[in-house]
Amino acid sequence: MSTTTKSYGQLFMDGILKENPIFKLALSMCPAVGISTSVMNGILLGTAVLFVQVFSSCTISLVRNYIHPKIRIPTYTLTIATWVTVIDLVLAAYVPVAYKAMGMFVRLIVAFAIITMRLEMFACKEPLGKSFVDGVGMGLGFMVGMVTLGVVRELLGSGELLGYDILGFQPLLFFILPSAGFFVVGLMMGFFNWIEVKYNRRKEG
Amino acid sequence: MKGMNGLRRYHWMVGILLLALLLTGCKTGHEFIKGTEFKDDDKIVVVFAGPVEETWATNVSNFSAYEKPDPDIKLQITEATLGPDQTTLTVTFGAPLNQGEAHILTMTNIISEGQDMGSVTVTVQKLYFGVLMTVLLGAALIQNFVFTKYLGLCVFFGTSQRRDTAIGMGVVFTIVIVFAAMMAWALYQFVLKPYQLTFLNIVVFIGLVSLSVQGVDTILRKVNPTLFKAFGVYLVLVIANCIAIAVPLMLADNEYNGWESLMLALGAGVGFLLALFLMACVRERLELANVPPSFRGLPIAFVTAGLFALAFLGFSGLSIY
Repeated sequence: MSTTTKSYGQLFMDGILKENPIFKLALSMCPAVGISTSVMNGILLGTAVLFVQVFSSCTISLVRNYIHPKIRIPTYTLTIATWVTVIDLVLAAYVPVAYKAMGMFVRLIVAFAIITMRLEMFACKEPLGKSFVDGVGMGLGFMVGMVTLGVVRELLGSGELLGYDILGFQPLLFFILPSAGFFVVGLMMGFFNWIEVKYNRRKEG
Repeated sequence: MKGMNGLRRYHWMVGILLLALLLTGCKTGHEFIKGTEFKDDDKIVVVFAGPVEETWATNVSNFSAYEKPDPDIKLQITEATLGPDQTTLTVTFGAPLNQGEAHILTMTNIISEGQDMGSVTVTVQKLYFGVLMTVLLGAALIQNFVFTKYLGLCVFFGTSQRRDTAIGMGVVFTIVIVFAAMMAWALYQFVLKPYQLTFLNIVVFIGLVSLSVQGVDTILRKVNPTLFKAFGVYLVLVIANCIAIAVPLMLADNEYNGWESLMLALGAGVGFLLALFLMACVRERLELANVPPSFRGLPIAFVTAGLFALAFLGFSGLSIY
């Protein structure tokens, strides 16, 4: 039944590094720009995405043999929407303050291309175990991306991490201004590209 | 040319729409009150149909006011003065008013020419047309969905490489979002809210968006095949755009009525089109520029978008009405 030859460990690491949703695939950029101002936001939204990704992957993987190919995309959308509703209500009930800070982004997980893409490319073909690992890897990859952005922006913008004072002064207010999200994401992408080019050159030479 | 004739045929519809808008804007709800409006930052002016007693009008305890969403919070009234013609009453408040909200002003036992006219409650709000224009401009410029709300970025960066692609995507998106938003408004106000099913918002709205994409696809294919050939490819991308789901959620959150929902959807569409077009113009030129190799493609596009976002901050103080 399974069509992939990758081991569980490989599937897991791919989501975090080789196919990182934010820096490699450049999908679901909206929250990466919009609310990556603090590490806490990254962790919370990352958890929400992880939850939705894992549960949708498992659901689709379980019913994959019963979905008619013609209606598979609507099925994915409705599955995701259901799980997003669940996490939305849970977050609104248990962490109302942080939920407000994230604004609409929790509910907008429903439109994140990354989740639909994983369902279409992976979960609809693979058995439950592999889909679960792939979902966890992708969700964690998203969380890692968000937290990395959050660390850079919070540390450089307010000198804090998770609300604790680290530097003792405020280096550059610029980084936590809302519109700086575009600059930070652009600069970090450029930085990673640069590292990759250097690394490849060293390997060749 | 054929398209122009088609447009002309629908002129009368636009006329009726505008007339309806103006008519809804002008009623105050009581025959003795000719008009109400905001003045300065902290005043409300009421114009009566006939002269009222000065002793009644200058007694502050005859009036009470609150913002429509918060009936429990009474606003403090510091002064009430009557104009020389005895028909214009100016009520001054202790703090500046939030003029974006409708205010409810209650006047107890109005005395006019020795006669008690009873108590009157009036709603004071900006001219409705102004409210609608505020929603439209707010969605298109001040709170531009791409540059100040950071939504729809995947599609934004994906389709802003060429100018013609940008226009195609923007136009198709505007059509679909207006369709979807109007259906979402009707469904929310008449089905989801009355039956207390609002927890189903996300599921229903995402279904509606897919449905309207399919609907526009089918209609366009039949009605105007040439247009469909040019724009059809962008239809699929609309579903992947978070603005398409954000607009229905916003109009449900803010309890917008039909007209306001229409304006929000139009504003979102036009704002997205504007953002795409501006970005495409810059990116076409960027291709000729000497960009450092590691910044080519997406990274430099992000930095450009950041500059646009800074520029759009300049709209934040904009208010025409």
